[in-house]
Amino acid sequence: MPANPFNGFTDFGVGIGLRVPHYQHILSEKPVVSWFEIISENYMIDGGRPLHVLEQILERYLVVQHGVSMYFGSPEPANREHLKRLKALIRRTRTPWLTDHLCWGSVDGTYSHDLLPMPYTFEAARLTAQKIREVRDFLEIPIAVENVSSYAEFHDSEMMEWEFLTEVVELADCGILLDVNNIYVSSRNHNFNPHDYVNGVPAERVAQIHIAGHSKFEKYILDTHDHPVIDPVWKLYARAIERTGRTATLLEWDDNIPSFAEVHNEALKANRFIAEMAVAS
Amino acid sequence: MNLLEIQHRMLEAVMQPLTPGEQMQPRNRDGKSMREVAAEFIKPNDRLSSFERLEIYNRQYWFRVLASLDEDFPGLRAILGRRRFDALCKAYLVDCPSQSFTLRNLGSRLESWLGSHPEWIQPRAGLALDMVRLEWAEIEAFDGAAKPVLTPADALASEPDPQFSLQPYLQLIKLRYPVDLLVAIRKDSSEGGMASNAVSERRKQTRVRKVARQKPQAVYLVAHRIQYSVYFKRLDLEAFTFLNALREGKTLSDAVVLAFQRSDVPESNLLGIVQNWFENWSTLGWFCRPKSANQGSIS
Repeated sequence: MPANPFNGFTDFGVGIGLRVPHYQHILSEKPVVSWFEIISENYMIDGGRPLHVLEQILERYLVVQHGVSMYFGSPEPANREHLKRLKALIRRTRTPWLTDHLCWGSVDGTYSHDLLPMPYTFEAARLTAQKIREVRDFLEIPIAVENVSSYAEFHDSEMMEWEFLTEVVELADCGILLDVNNIYVSSRNHNFNPHDYVNGVPAERVAQIHIAGHSKFEKYILDTHDHPVIDPVWKLYARAIERTGRTATLLEWDDNIPSFAEVHNEALKANRFIAEMAVAS
Repeated sequence: MNLLEIQHRMLEAVMQPLTPGEQMQPRNRDGKSMREVAAEFIKPNDRLSSFERLEIYNRQYWFRVLASLDEDFPGLRAILGRRRFDALCKAYLVDCPSQSFTLRNLGSRLESWLGSHPEWIQPRAGLALDMVRLEWAEIEAFDGAAKPVLTPADALASEPDPQFSLQPYLQLIKLRYPVDLLVAIRKDSSEGGMASNAVSERRKQTRVRKVARQKPQAVYLVAHRIQYSVYFKRLDLEAFTFLNALREGKTLSDAVVLAFQRSDVPESNLLGIVQNWFENWSTLGWFCRPKSANQGSIS
């Protein structure tokens, strides 16, 4: 399933996140990269250097937009100013699909700027799916929602996280950005088998996969995106693409960012698993 | 508990200030035990209590928003010192939590908030307010819109007494202290850069050369861009008044009258001065094409 309705019927390979420390290298060396993922909010501005750099990137590379503040699970309607700016950016980048997180982060117009976990209830699934539909109708683009890493669970949850994710995407008829690192982080924080999660999601809806590193503390794991991908996460990735087929894959590295080459090489390790999957199938 | 109740409770807990030791407060604003509050909606696990799990989010929130203000207002931090700056930021964020989808706007209300809470910046309130004004202007100038630049042909084709539009990114700043001298020239590394929820939105390498006690001195400043980097340029009062008038939509002749109404510049020199301004500012791209001639904004 390299191409499906949820990623605009595209067949992207392995990409990396576009980050400020790599701007100069990318613009001067013009490395071969299948695609870049940009953080939408970084470019939802009126002008200046970020947009200037983006224009140069768009001349040469495929770009997919990833958001961090749509908050599909927040109770209020999507912010109109946010939507208008996002739509303008979509026109600029021509992103084939758009991703944001299955989470909440604001109430009554007050923003936490965090990806807060959802209670896994049918009520939450219904409200979240409704908002995803409204946003998609406004933006007129396929949307895929990403599972977040979490550090808390709610008494009121009525199902497991992957069941909630499935409920939401089927009600919304949208795609999934499957973050296998987040699955691993949450599995360690909440004591579940991460392979149950990967096996439990509707594979045909997976539009994209995220891989990343994290930080381990004494009593929990934090999703920090500041390390290479660890072997258990690669194993989850292998299982994920075994189910989904070759799927657009993106390495996130957001803190203590090493050289472009190091980040890119880490991402390209995914190709080994894709090749093994192709041979096996 | 329904979704909205959970979210209200959690957001209130997450945004409650940390203790001096950067832990979650033992009690909420109503005096209720936070252990009880957390246990009402968050499950414990075999390693962490409900309180400890909620505390992870509480700490992340404060680390993130404080880091954002820290990046945006290094000059204010230099004036106040780290401890007072941190205390000020916490008080500001309690009164003015983010109401924008982007952290870029987190400091947008800081100047007005400080105007009504001068106790946080005494005894250098004037100096600190000017620094906040300067640093916010830099943010606005950095990513403000740029419209197509006015060409000589546009100027020739204009009305006999035209209105000239200034670039939206141009920021006109009136200061009471020369705080621009306290801030090193920005390098071109001040791009925005929110990568994800794991990192901050903007990186701004601002180096404050020195913070010394400054005597009041009126400064008229423009924050502008060259090759996408922000610079500050001092103007004399007449030039500043002239630009302000143009920004307000005054015609060229009205702007000239306003600029020189309290000036002792001989009238015979006015034409040469204004011509000189236009030459310099046109070179810097400060004027944009009139609305009718614009094809749309550019970045």
